[in-house]
Amino acid sequence: MKDKNKKGDRPRYTVAVTGLNAIDSPGPGMAVIRAVREAKDYDVRIIGLSYEALEPGIYLHDWVDKTYQIPYPAAGSESLFARLEYINDIEKIDVLIPNFDAELHNFIRLGEKLRKIGIATFLPAMDQFEARDKVNLYAFGQKHGLLVPADRIIYKVEDLAGTAKDFGWPIVVKGKFYEAVVAQTLEQAQKAFHKLHAKWGLPIIVQQFISGSEMNIAVLGDGKGNTISAIPMRKLYITDKGKAWAGITVEDNALIDLAKKFITATKWRGGLEIEIMLSVDGKPYIMEVNPRFPAWIYLTAGAGQNQPAALVKMALGETVEPYTTYDVGKMFIRYAWDHIVNIEEFQKISAFGEL
Amino acid sequence: MKLKKNIATSESGFIFNPATGDSYSANPVGSDIILLMKDNKSIAEIKKNITSKYDVDDSQFDKDYDDLLAQLRDNNLLEH
Amino acid sequence: MAKLKYERPVIKKLNAGLMNKFGTRTEFEPVKHIDGVAVKSLIEKYGSPVFVISERQMRRNYQNAVRSFKTRYPKVQFAWSYKTNYINAVCNVFHQEGSWGEVVSGFEYNKALRNGVPGNKIIFNGPDKSEQDLRDAIKNDSLIHIDHFDELYSLISLCETINAKPRVAIRVNMDTGIYPMWDRFGFNYENGSAWNAIQKIIGSGKLRLVGLHSHIGTFMLAPSAYSVAASKLCDLMWHCKNQHNLQLQYIDLGGGFPSQNTLKGSYLPGTDTVPSIDEFAEAITTTILNFGFKTEELPLLILETGRALIDDAGYLLGSVLANKRLADGRRATIMDFGVNIMFTSFWYDHKISPAQDFTHHTEDQVVYGPLCMNIDCIRESVSLPLLNRGDHVVVHKVGAYNMTQWMQFIAMRPNVVMIDMEQTPHLIRRAEKLDDIVSLEEMPAYLKKIDLK
Repeated sequence: MKDKNKKGDRPRYTVAVTGLNAIDSPGPGMAVIRAVREAKDYDVRIIGLSYEALEPGIYLHDWVDKTYQIPYPAAGSESLFARLEYINDIEKIDVLIPNFDAELHNFIRLGEKLRKIGIATFLPAMDQFEARDKVNLYAFGQKHGLLVPADRIIYKVEDLAGTAKDFGWPIVVKGKFYEAVVAQTLEQAQKAFHKLHAKWGLPIIVQQFISGSEMNIAVLGDGKGNTISAIPMRKLYITDKGKAWAGITVEDNALIDLAKKFITATKWRGGLEIEIMLSVDGKPYIMEVNPRFPAWIYLTAGAGQNQPAALVKMALGETVEPYTTYDVGKMFIRYAWDHIVNIEEFQKISAFGEL
Repeated sequence: MKLKKNIATSESGFIFNPATGDSYSANPVGSDIILLMKDNKSIAEIKKNITSKYDVDDSQFDKDYDDLLAQLRDNNLLEH
Repeated sequence: MAKLKYERPVIKKLNAGLMNKFGTRTEFEPVKHIDGVAVKSLIEKYGSPVFVISERQMRRNYQNAVRSFKTRYPKVQFAWSYKTNYINAVCNVFHQEGSWGEVVSGFEYNKALRNGVPGNKIIFNGPDKSEQDLRDAIKNDSLIHIDHFDELYSLISLCETINAKPRVAIRVNMDTGIYPMWDRFGFNYENGSAWNAIQKIIGSGKLRLVGLHSHIGTFMLAPSAYSVAASKLCDLMWHCKNQHNLQLQYIDLGGGFPSQNTLKGSYLPGTDTVPSIDEFAEAITTTILNFGFKTEELPLLILETGRALIDDAGYLLGSVLANKRLADGRRATIMDFGVNIMFTSFWYDHKISPAQDFTHHTEDQVVYGPLCMNIDCIRESVSLPLLNRGDHVVVHKVGAYNMTQWMQFIAMRPNVVMIDMEQTPHLIRRAEKLDDIVSLEEMPAYLKKIDLK
């Protein structure tokens, strides 16, 4: 089913990508598209998959050839599949790269059905996906000898004091889905508990506080335990939403070893981002594992290990050799850009779901 | 009840309010009525047109027409 | 020239917020038939609203559950949970399939007996068994599951007077890592009160301890919690054998398996997130098989599954009473069924399908019931096609608990119909009439006469 409409000697693949929201807290879609467009041995036609009418990528026609709206994850995998079938009849998608945490459950579930209609994905298995969920991460770390800050799942505000006594102050009080508060005192912790409880429900996760410097690693696993690429990055400037505005590739073999250990233990298939806190005494604690490429993934292409381009090849069944070197000291600096659009385009995507 | 003068409408059911920047889409019956309103047709003419084109009786039309006006009013698309 | 199909006029603001018009084709398929019988004809014949139960789906669910467990474990017995739906026809479909009865009151106990369930195939659970209930259960050789020490002592003293040795089990509550922990029923495992109760029973010499029971919660989404429960019951069973040389016959893991309904507040729909019966069967049976019992000493595994067997076999058919627009501009649809007969709308976002064709235009709306009560809300926010007064809708997965927890409040309860395997509908509970309700009332003579002329 590969579209062999060759341009020169290179095959041309149709790649569908979500996460076109290149806004102040960006989805990774546009970065993935840029990286894939720079692949050396194939050309691509890019199909954007959007949830909302104002995702900037929809209107960036130099990067995205055609965009289709897809139903929100909450509509369920059945409606998603029906919509993808419709799109695939027109576009003949070769590879689909989902980029949002919230949609992955559905795409992993649909993996086999998508393959049957000719759409390849390259995603972790459901149990891998769930093992790195923040509710399960500590147990995961224990099992595989990886450092994860200790945490406790609590349901009652009375359990805060005892937990803090075990962990020592301060503690991090986290909501079930989002948000975390660093609490220095019991009063602060109780306040955070009630606030997060009201907002996200129970349970509340209390985590040991680790102070140190933040590092991120973009990693690509081949699903057999091999690490195809691991690029560590240090954030240089962080927005008020905690997103990197600028970052730089660093050389740290301990971090790359940690990434490899993670991939060997999980046999992870696809891209992921590991968020690390390097403690003052130099120990790398895994704070979170995001089961998809990060928004700064284009830096991997810039540093010489184009992870999205390699993922497309592996999704199509090709073997990719692990990368061995990358440029240390490569930086990315994100910028905002006002794109001019006519109202007809907005009306079209809003009303017909295609542009 | 009159549509605001500068409201832009299209055959495919789009409505654009240049004063506020808001866009709307209408279903076919809604779009037909709005185009007739834009042509300054009277309520009687609109009713005749719609009830002869669509399978609907007078009382249902009256009720739904009032509801459409309420929607247009809520969205600030009618002259005061 | 034929006129075009009419649909009431609507406009929809295009914005960057939530819009879910696309890719929703399957979500809004009209449901015109249930098991081959037209929704329209069911409403014509039985009125609106009306509950419809698919016998085919019930039997399919039951056979699937039995297959899940029996292919993994040699000795399995299901017991139909009466409180989930105790309409006699429903119970008898499961009894025909081989299910025992599981009851939690004298009322349910007698209902099961009247349905023809042999006394020794009825499990009597719950904290409320009267002395008469206990006498009946002893006489009929039913399995009495003891809930608390008061019951245990009264049963022992009862047996002293009537010279019988009934078959009993205790209900055990425990920490299975899930919240909330149902510690209000039965005897606690961790603090030793379950073991204490077992010692009392054995020591009394008046009762035959034959099994252990637990029921860890409802709508459980974690199969692992059942393996914790199974392992704790196995541990108690092992101790009975080792310390008292008492071989127990069964382990009853109760109910709690979820249906595919979507719980309020959950992000993904139940159809994508609820574990299958196979996953529960795998968790439970591997735990028991790996515990270390000899093959001939493996306990009978009893399951009191209710919701997962009946929920998706039940539909509620209803009609649109009115459309209105609320003060804030939102659309509201008023249906002829409310929380009085659909109690489960308090905790599920029930799927509602129109029963006739419609276009792709939708409106976000609130769906209300007909009661003159503010809490009567079926869906707080749902995107539905444009429904007109008199249009029919089908509410899905309402088979569990609604036909037992329904209220005779403001309105009377409607007909319940079962569609058999040959696609023939049967009335299995007729709608209430005014006489049914007032026949229970008594009027003091001095209040008989009123004069409002």
